[in-house]
Amino acid sequence: MELEAAKMIGAGLAAIALAGAGVGIGTIFGNYLSGAMRNPSAAQKQFPNLLLGFALAEATGLFGLVVALIILFAF
Amino acid sequence: MATNPMTQFEVYSIGPKIQIGNIDISFTNSSLFMVITVALISIFFILSTQKKSLIPGKMQLLAEMIYEFVAKMISDTAGKDARPYFPFILSLFLFVLVANMVGMIPYSFTVTSHIIVTFALAFFIFIGVTIIGFIKHGISYLKLFVPSGVPAVLLPLIVVIEIISYLSRPISLSVRLFANMMAGHTMLKVFGGFVVSLGILGGWLPLGFSVALTGLEILVAFLQAYVFAILTCIYLNDALHLHH
Repeated sequence: MELEAAKMIGAGLAAIALAGAGVGIGTIFGNYLSGAMRNPSAAQKQFPNLLLGFALAEATGLFGLVVALIILFAF
Repeated sequence: MATNPMTQFEVYSIGPKIQIGNIDISFTNSSLFMVITVALISIFFILSTQKKSLIPGKMQLLAEMIYEFVAKMISDTAGKDARPYFPFILSLFLFVLVANMVGMIPYSFTVTSHIIVTFALAFFIFIGVTIIGFIKHGISYLKLFVPSGVPAVLLPLIVVIEIISYLSRPISLSVRLFANMMAGHTMLKVFGGFVVSLGILGGWLPLGFSVALTGLEILVAFLQAYVFAILTCIYLNDALHLHH
């Protein structure tokens, strides 16, 4: 039973990684928006980079989620 | 009816059981949806290129848009030398994109939500890119691990870090796609469960969330296919042009 409880706590702790992803995505979109406001003509060209950065930042948080799922289901 | 949000990822065999040695190679629902994905792409391109006209119809326009989108992506990130690899990148992008989109249909199966599928794709890319790099540059491809302008004291550390980051490419590439698809689909099913358990009075809020999340998931399905393809282009660029 203690192992079961420890697994639950561990999975919950691993999900904290998503906080970092939230900060990262916020930074990316915020900086893109402020840059686009200053120079709207250059904004369209940087849109693919925005999407790339968004996906890369989101993925790091999801790695934490994968760790949580591994703890819950694989052990 | 399934009550666990993870049951949607279950792989079961359909049809007869085929076994070679210890390996079970029977036709599963995963293989069925891979066949559906490839068939959809093939049917679309065969139909859209049947009547080639100077003024394109709707289908031909869509096919040309996809072609130009991928061609532009490759020339922007990997340059003109990557042109011979266009068919590979296009098939990769379309396979991941259509597999993700087919997975968004309720009661279907998402092929890319299994790490073994994405890891096979990513590992194949990794091996291919490494071979291309060694053919193109010979043994001097190993310069990739030695960035220029680094003080000699730091060099042993930097080389180790570069090698680790190079070797972890297939893992990060595959886990990114797999985790995004699995997390999104689990989340959708969890919210679907809330609708059922809250009933007719309170179920409307999670239902609205579910609709919004479906929209987000379609965006993510496209975005992850795009990122998968563009990272392949970036790796290819590293192999074709040694920048360091």
